[in-house]
This record gives sequence, C-alpha cells and structure tokens, in this order.
Amino acid sequence: MNDATRAASAATPPSNLAGGGHRLVGFYTIVIREFSRIIRIWGQTIVPPVITATLYFIIFGSLIGRRIGDMGGFSYMQYIAPGLIMMSVITSSYGNVVSSFFGAKFGRHIEELLVSPLPNWLIVLGYVTGGLMRGLLVGLVVTLVSLFFTHLHVEHPLIVIAAVLLTSVVFSLGGFVNAVFAKNFDQISFVPTFILTPMTYLGGVFYSIAMLPGWAQAVSKANPILYMVNAFRYGFLGHSDVHVGFSFLFMVVAVVVLFAACVWLMEKGTGIRD
Amino acid sequence: MQALSLRKLTKTYKNGVQALKGIDLDVAEGDFFALLGPNGAGKTTAIGIISSLVSKTSGTAQVFGHDVDTDLEAAKSCLGLVPQEINFNQFEKVSTILVNQAGFYGIRRETAKERVEYWLKQLQLWDKRDAISRTLSGGMKRRLMIARALIHAPRLLILDEPTAGVDIEVRRSMWEFLRRINEEGTTIILTTHYLEEAESLCRHIAIIDEGRIIENDRMSTVLRKLHTETFVLNLRQPLAAVPALPGYRLARTDDQTLEVEITKEQNLNEVFAALSASGLEVISMRNKANRLEELFMRLVEGRDLGTGQAKAAGAGE
Repeated sequence: MNDATRAASAATPPSNLAGGGHRLVGFYTIVIREFSRIIRIWGQTIVPPVITATLYFIIFGSLIGRRIGDMGGFSYMQYIAPGLIMMSVITSSYGNVVSSFFGAKFGRHIEELLVSPLPNWLIVLGYVTGGLMRGLLVGLVVTLVSLFFTHLHVEHPLIVIAAVLLTSVVFSLGGFVNAVFAKNFDQISFVPTFILTPMTYLGGVFYSIAMLPGWAQAVSKANPILYMVNAFRYGFLGHSDVHVGFSFLFMVVAVVVLFAACVWLMEKGTGIRD
Repeated sequence: MQALSLRKLTKTYKNGVQALKGIDLDVAEGDFFALLGPNGAGKTTAIGIISSLVSKTSGTAQVFGHDVDTDLEAAKSCLGLVPQEINFNQFEKVSTILVNQAGFYGIRRETAKERVEYWLKQLQLWDKRDAISRTLSGGMKRRLMIARALIHAPRLLILDEPTAGVDIEVRRSMWEFLRRINEEGTTIILTTHYLEEAESLCRHIAIIDEGRIIENDRMSTVLRKLHTETFVLNLRQPLAAVPALPGYRLARTDDQTLEVEITKEQNLNEVFAALSASGLEVISMRNKANRLEELFMRLVEGRDLGTGQAKAAGAGE
C-alpha cells in the first residue's frame, strides 16, 4: 500500500457507513429488540395495566359510576373511559423506557449501543419508539376492554390519534431521563409511584375539574397530565376542561425540550460514561 | 498506517484519580499488540476512551486515522471490543445478541444471519445458537463476546482480558483463533494478566503503570532487556546447606530444591560445576517465571534491570 492509497483509505469512511443507511438499519434493530422485549415479557408489560384498567371499569364505572350519574353531559363510564385509556398509555410508555434503558445500564449491555457507530439521537429515538409501541399496544387493548363496558363515540379521530401519540412520546422521553439518572431499581420506581401516579389520579382521569373549588382548579391546571387527558377526552367526547389548542402546544413543546434534554444527557454521558 | 494512535492522552476521574497521565501510543496495522500493566494501571481506561465508553480529559485518539472527537462514527465502525466484564443481555438468545449487534453497525438482518452462522461455527458455539445466553459456561460467554466484536468485521479488535477465568483448553483454542484472525489481517490489541499468553501471541508490547507507558517496543527487544533470570533446580540428594558460589545468588526453597539467579554475564555451567563439586546432582531445571512475567515484575516494581535504567527506562512521557 503506497502513501497515497493509505491517505485515501484513512479519509474514506468504512463501507458500512456509506450513505448513512446504517442509521436506518440501526434504528429498526433497536425497535425490533424493544418490541421483542415487550412481547417476551408480556406478563409484565401488557397484562398488568389491562387488569388494572378492567378493575377500574368494573368498580368505578359499573358499580360506583351508576350512583354518580352524568358528568359533562355523558355517563360516568363514558367520561372516564378516555382517561383510563390515557392512564394506561402514560404508565406503559414511561415504564417501558425506564425499565428497558435502566436494565441495559444495569446489565451493561447498553455498551453494545455505545460502542456502535449509531448517533445518540438515534439511540434515544429507538428507545422512545419502544415506549410508544408499548403505550399504543396497551392503550389499544384497554380500549377494546372498555368496549365491554361502554359505547365509545369518537368525535375527532385525528385529535385522539395526535393526543395519544404525543402523550406517549412525552412520557417515553420522561422515562428515558429517569433511567439516565437512576442508580438503582428503587430510583426507577420512585417517580412512577410518588409522582406519576398521584399526578395521573389528580389529572382529571376520574372527574371534571369543574367539580372542584376555585383554588383546587388552579392547582390542577399546573398538572401537565390534565392537559393530555383532556385533549384525549376531547377527541372522544368533544368535551374538555381546558383549551385543547393549549394542550397540544404544551405537548409539542414538551416533546422538543425533553428530546433535546435526552440527547444532551447522552452526549454528556450522564449516568452511562465515566 | 497506524491502526491506533494516542497522543498525550489523559484521564482524571471525578474523584480526582488520574488514571492516564499523558500517554502516547501507536499500534501499526496488522500488529498483534500486548497492552500490559498491573490492576488499576490505566489499561481499561485507555480502552474505554478508544471505544468511547469513557470520556477523556485531554489528548487525542485516532482509529485508522479517524479521530474520536471529529470522526467518531467512522472510528467506532473500525473497532471491535471484547470487554473485561460480561456485557450482553443475559436474557436474550445467542443468535439474537449477534444479529442485533450487527444491526447496530448497519448490517441488514439477512447478511447478519450469515455472519452469525460463520462466527458461531468458528468459535464452536453454533450448537448454542438458540440457547439463552445466561445458560452458557464462562468460556462460552467469552467466545460469544469475541463473536459479537467480530460480527461487523472490524479492522481493529481490542480484547480486554479475554481469557480471564477460562480453562487452559479453551484458552489455548482462543489463542489459535486469535492468531488466525490476526494472520487474516485484523489488528489485535490484547490486555491480559497471563503474561505467557502475551509472550506467545504478541509481536509488540507496551507496559502501562500508574497511568504512564513505562515500556513500549518489540516483544523480542523488550525480552532482551531482561538482565537476570531465576531458575529452579531439583536435586537428587537432600540439601543440607546452600553451597557457596561467589557472585551467584542461591536460595534453598526446600530439602531438594534450589533457586539460582543468573545474570547475562554469568552462566549455568559454573553453577552445575559447583553443585557437582559439592556432590549434588541436578535432575531437572525450569524457569521460576516466564521471561515476560519476570521482566514485568521488575518493571512495575521499579527494580534494577541491569541496564541501570530501571522504572524510568521505557517511560513514554
């Protein structure tokens, strides 16, 4: 090999990087791996949120709901169905990314990705897509379960789809941030247990904030989940406690900010590089 | 072309530990290179920086001319890493781990499956392709990590103690395998605590200690620097006292065993003659440690090499 050939060889990217097609292959490899994980441990990923939602439908919808009467002009069961679907999407999206990414950190197989030529933004995108897949899968199953209990009328299908996609992405990104900072398994269950669950319960899943006193309404409006649940409910029922346009603006901004934060954390190596 | 080039590479961890203190290192394309050093010397940190698992504090690192700061994707693409610790998903199947790893390097699944078959057969793991990886033995897990590192056909393979904890039979088969892929063109950097392994496989060697390169040369050149060797002599008769032999250091280890340290200026004939004169018969003899091990200990302990240069001799600062 002469000097000119050597210089050319040094400047030429390796053949598998030519055209950047490796990124697409890398992306779908992460997505396939995440999907396989969801299916492989379906007893942990799909079944529990479906059972929880079913119990809510039975207890709050069928048993207690009959005594509550109408809410926002709809039967109580119809009113809570979108909220319960959204609750499943939120917990599943968040839980998927936080457990998968932290598990990869804990088992050190995240290093398989870190040593590969895939850029950090693509790794984040792959994990978030995994969270989105589980969120949508669980949301779909819970929706099918809800049909056993109530009639679901869809007023604005596109709003339903946009709201569920954006919410799932927001909480997948949130799960990623949690996993990056977590140092042990306690720290990945802390946020879902002590922050996410109370915020979801107080985010208008089971009631309209119009029922609350003024100060409680103001406090509720500081809860981001309220906007997501109401945007989703608006898609089904055409009824919302908050301005739907603002809800979507909030979700889009949250996606952009959280995605940038996740990529920045990866570039910085927080929690994954010494 | 240099497969690896490090310049003034430093790493200071958040706790203040200076793991690397400005190392310079070149590894030529096609070489089989040993990077040795005691625990905590900085080997794994250096490997971590090259493979981007550790952030460097300063300096430069290039893999086949691709700088890890400015051309990271290309640098990573040239590199295959076999880390010290098991780091694959222990709940996944052997073949799945390899197909996924190929995918991370942009290799489509159809091609990846062909490569998986090739490397699993090469490493005698084909029968285990559908096994869950946690069920593999220690040696099989090590071989799986080698297969994973080779799946994208890297030009530079770095192995961080690949034979730690595996039995001698597996270790020797891994040596043969590594020799073969090196002959086929893959540059290899090996860290190991089995110095016999490094001496047997590697053509060049660098010894790193306390974050500095203290020796860096051809293996044969380095071994020539060993000024003294210690031999263990097994005697037929029990030894009452250590025979007097002016200029030689003799030590009795048990009734029928004697250790003698020989410098380059001395010779074993004089020892044998003196022992014969004392009525002692030598029935067998061996090196106390292999040559590289002896040299290594002298270097990292800062003992005299006989050339008067001691620890600072090969310091690469």
